[in-house]
Amino acid sequence: MIAAGEPAPGFTLRDQDGEKVSLDDFKGRKVLLAFYPGDFSPVCGDQLSIYQEVKPEIAAKDVELVGISVDSFFAHKAFQEKLGIDITLLSDFEPKGEVARAYGSYLDGLGFANRTLVLVDEEGQVAWSYESPNPGEFPGANVIFDALTTS
Amino acid sequence: MSDLTSAAVPPIGPEDHVLGEGEKLLIVYADLGCPHCASAWAGLAARPGALAFRHFPVASKHPRSPALHAAAEAAGAQGRFFAMVDSIYADRGHVDDPHLWQRAEQMGLDLARFERDRRAPDLAARVRRDFQSGIRAGVAGTPAVFDACTLDAVREREF
Repeated sequence: MIAAGEPAPGFTLRDQDGEKVSLDDFKGRKVLLAFYPGDFSPVCGDQLSIYQEVKPEIAAKDVELVGISVDSFFAHKAFQEKLGIDITLLSDFEPKGEVARAYGSYLDGLGFANRTLVLVDEEGQVAWSYESPNPGEFPGANVIFDALTTS
Repeated sequence: MSDLTSAAVPPIGPEDHVLGEGEKLLIVYADLGCPHCASAWAGLAARPGALAFRHFPVASKHPRSPALHAAAEAAGAQGRFFAMVDSIYADRGHVDDPHLWQRAEQMGLDLARFERDRRAPDLAARVRRDFQSGIRAGVAGTPAVFDACTLDAVREREF
């Protein structure tokens, strides 16, 4: 799992609309990367739904929240619509899980990312990271705000 | 903007809605639009001991939830909070405004006051306060149950 102080690995992934999004696009702003196992699995649904409810408070701290999983961008679009969320979801699809691997979040054998959060600062450095003990648990939104207050 | 950093579950206070009496007091953060909460509710409400209900509407997932929580709080202003909660969990299929008015009427509520109250900003703020306390306590899904004495999370099988 990547740690604070390391440079955040760059990436270019497609979002739910098929548009390319790069880490560089966020230079000058903080971005919180939320890696998660996959769309439509039961626990994932609650995680992004809860983060959606506090998205204004996250944005007020000048942080962009982005979800990343190995699902296709078609699945991301359907997942957003099903959940009623507008958090940008990036598709770490091909090569599968390459970005999750670069951040130390990929679970080999299982074929998806663990639930991890990585806060990247305005200069592209990792300011903070968090890894769930297992894919079945996810950090509550309070963990995000604790990190934003201290980082 | 509010502080949403980690904090312990707030202990029971005068604002809380508490059902029943007894030594073992549980606090549940629940979403009135959530099917898991609906199925847990009968068991939770029937257990011996007291139960405090705190609002945790996840609006993106259940778009009617904010209205349902406002309806429960407005019913509460006329002393019928748990009657409205029971009613909503018993039938989540009929929750549009005309259905809520029907339920309010059946409970003997003053409809004009119910309507005024459920649209009041301070009522929405009351619901929001519960929600934020749940976020700060790490609520990650509903229902989320805490022991009111130790303020520890209680797992479903332990209700």
